[in-house]
Amino acid sequence: MEGARKKKGVGGWLFLLLVLAAYGVTGAIDAEMVGQALSFFGKVIWKVLPVLIIVFLLLLAADLLFKSQWIKRNLGRESGIKGWLIAVVGGILATGPIYAWYALLSELREKGMRTSLAAVFLYSRAVKLPLLPLMIHYFGAAYTLVLCLYLLGFSILSGVMMVKLEDRETN
Amino acid sequence: MEKERLQTSLRKTAWTFINMLPIIIGMLLLTSLVVTAFPEQLSAGLFGGGNALDAFIGASVGSVAAGHPLASYLLGGELLKSGVSLIAVTALIVSWVTVGIVQLPAEILMLGTRFAIYRNVICFISALAVAFLCVYTLRLMG
Repeated sequence: MEGARKKKGVGGWLFLLLVLAAYGVTGAIDAEMVGQALSFFGKVIWKVLPVLIIVFLLLLAADLLFKSQWIKRNLGRESGIKGWLIAVVGGILATGPIYAWYALLSELREKGMRTSLAAVFLYSRAVKLPLLPLMIHYFGAAYTLVLCLYLLGFSILSGVMMVKLEDRETN
Repeated sequence: MEKERLQTSLRKTAWTFINMLPIIIGMLLLTSLVVTAFPEQLSAGLFGGGNALDAFIGASVGSVAAGHPLASYLLGGELLKSGVSLIAVTALIVSWVTVGIVQLPAEILMLGTRFAIYRNVICFISALAVAFLCVYTLRLMG
């Protein structure tokens, strides 16, 4: 486990270095574009910051409150329908960029969360409650309702399909 | 005892968070570069090859797009106005929030290669299925 953590840490810094290298190459070709991208980055980081604070607090809460036994019982193999419901509702309520939630899911999976439920959580994020009024404005209420119902159905289906992967991992 | 537990948890969480930071900052930098390099207006010219091909293109554009979901509604609305089919627009909107090609390196690093690839492939195919099912259901509803 510790080895995996170290590898994850090094991989992250390597990834950042590669992205910075991409900026360097792009900057050599088109410095103005890099300036615009950095300005965009400056705006986005302020929007993401509150979500990162929420994720930090959730990570802390998960470590303090959710012991492996609880995770296994509610989000593990024996969780049943309750686990799927928690994953769907959690995904719908999760705000902010998707990658902010990877760390929490990674932590929960290490404590026994089913792989399929992590997939359900990520898929359910497609239903964006705060953006529903805007979707209705652009595409109509009927379209929004039908789309959201299909998204919820397919979030479960994606989890069912991920069960195959889960079975391969345990075999 | 409780204070000690809180300190241990704080240290552990901070360590997890520090490991996560270069990935998130890298993701934000990459997203900013992609959004700047490929403006949304480019997308409209890609469509016009029939429902199946347009849905595939819509899902592909949505998969590589890395902006706020709200941007997908705006782009989808504009594409609809310019005559692109609702199936293609739906595939774009769904894959925008479910598939993440730009985020894939981060997902691989944190959740594993197999999980990330399987999940994204499943989500891409389901974006196509949802697009067709949604539009055909609406037609049936009248």
